[in-house]
Amino acid sequence: MMTRGARRILTFWLPLAAILIFFVFPFAWMLMGSFKTQADFMSYPPKWLFRPTLMNYKAVFVGSQFPQFALNSLIIALGSTVLGLVLGIPAAYSIARYRQRRLGVALLTARMAPGIALLVPWFIFFSRLHMLDTYFAVMLTHMTVVLPLVIWVLVGFFEDVSPELEEAAQIDGCSRVTQFYRITLPIVSAGIMATAILGIIASWNNFLFSLVVTGDSTRTLPVAVFNYMQYDALNWGSLTAASTIITLPVLAMVFFIQKYIVRGMSFGALKG
Amino acid sequence: MAILLLLPLCYTLYLSFHQWYVSNLTSPKFVWFANYAALVTKDGRFWPAVFRTLYFTAASVILATAAGLGVAHVLVREFPGRGAARTLILLPMIATPVAMALVWTIMMSPTLGVLNYLLRGLGLPPALWLASERGVIPSLLLVETWMWTPMTALICLAGLASLPLEPFESARVDGATGWQTFWFITLPLMRSTLVVAALFRMIDALKVFDTIYVMTEGGPGFASETLNIYVFQTSFKYLNMGYASALIMLFFALVLGASVLLLSARRAEPATS
Repeated sequence: MMTRGARRILTFWLPLAAILIFFVFPFAWMLMGSFKTQADFMSYPPKWLFRPTLMNYKAVFVGSQFPQFALNSLIIALGSTVLGLVLGIPAAYSIARYRQRRLGVALLTARMAPGIALLVPWFIFFSRLHMLDTYFAVMLTHMTVVLPLVIWVLVGFFEDVSPELEEAAQIDGCSRVTQFYRITLPIVSAGIMATAILGIIASWNNFLFSLVVTGDSTRTLPVAVFNYMQYDALNWGSLTAASTIITLPVLAMVFFIQKYIVRGMSFGALKG
Repeated sequence: MAILLLLPLCYTLYLSFHQWYVSNLTSPKFVWFANYAALVTKDGRFWPAVFRTLYFTAASVILATAAGLGVAHVLVREFPGRGAARTLILLPMIATPVAMALVWTIMMSPTLGVLNYLLRGLGLPPALWLASERGVIPSLLLVETWMWTPMTALICLAGLASLPLEPFESARVDGATGWQTFWFITLPLMRSTLVVAALFRMIDALKVFDTIYVMTEGGPGFASETLNIYVFQTSFKYLNMGYASALIMLFFALVLGASVLLLSARRAEPATS
């Protein structure tokens, strides 16, 4: 008969360790790789101990367009999120307050529609208008991902606001609109921040839409890294360094919005 | 909303009845159901892609849901550092998929990759991973499960936390083993949660693009070409928009059909429990 302690190690701590190693290992490998020289990275058996170098990060930042692509990614993520919030806040509020069931169903369908079903018409439309490779076109396509996500997450936040509070404000002489701006919005402001971060991540991570709609002047980081991989697949050091730089901001944001992630992720739109 | 989503969908439907390349200067030529007929009867890539998508999705749903339940079962316990552990397992699903696909590709290198090194360490033969037609889908499934088990695990965690305590107490009084408790109490009570987790996973798995496109572009050969990848190649590599639109409509129908099927499984649930 095993002791209680030994049993607990076997049925709990061991599986826990296995789970954590499985999920964290690729990140650790990426981070380690980004500090390895090409010779260290390409040696077999793989090196666990090595002399770290900043060479890869230098290669990514100095004399490349990487900073420009990072800026593109940022502009597009912020732009599409702002657009998504401007349209999404009223939509989410009306779904939450007036029980717009039909909009809810439309939302679920949007969740199921393959992104590419929207991309083909968008592509034809923008190429006709000679608007491919403009920030506006990229933001609009990204918004088709961001907007349903924003609405989906916000509906929950608006539903948490008690209708009595709103009615009280109206009785005290607020119009519906003033009440919305003075009472409802401040209450959900934390929720809106979390939603904004989810929207930014969704746009930042987006690959499919960016791949088709961006060009030389609007290319985003995921597309840039993909192109680089096609062109120099064996430069593992630079590739992992670039991957690390793309991923770190997103991972940092997780810590702020951890609470809201389940709600946002069950929408799943964060990844195309 | 309507303009953003409905209009493009209608245009795709319209295009699906036409023969048209983006490079064409002429306007789309109306061809009735010729695109659909060609897809279903003549196209050598269509049916394999359909079955590949279904196989990939089914395996992915089963793996991620089972693993998610397992992970949740461990993380639901109280232990020091639980908050940190829960945050850590979130990372795969939030990280940029292109970057993660790239890191996995490097780890899966048949000659110098760390995964083969670990396999050898365990006394197993090295694998070809993405380079072999037989190994490519299982390799992609590994990445997919790694990336999305966190989501199913989170849904299961929420479900486990909301379970009533009484059945577990009476099971303990009756002397049920841990395994029996899990099989006869946890699992039936978790059914509706599991269906939700599976549904979300299924919708995403049917549409996976980033991981597959970055890691294999559908290759080697067509060995990992799912419907979504095939649509992408048809529309944006060959620019055959009419044909691609017909393909998209069938693809969309498949996603809708599968979702309705799973949703009805969920609706049937209250009657049985």
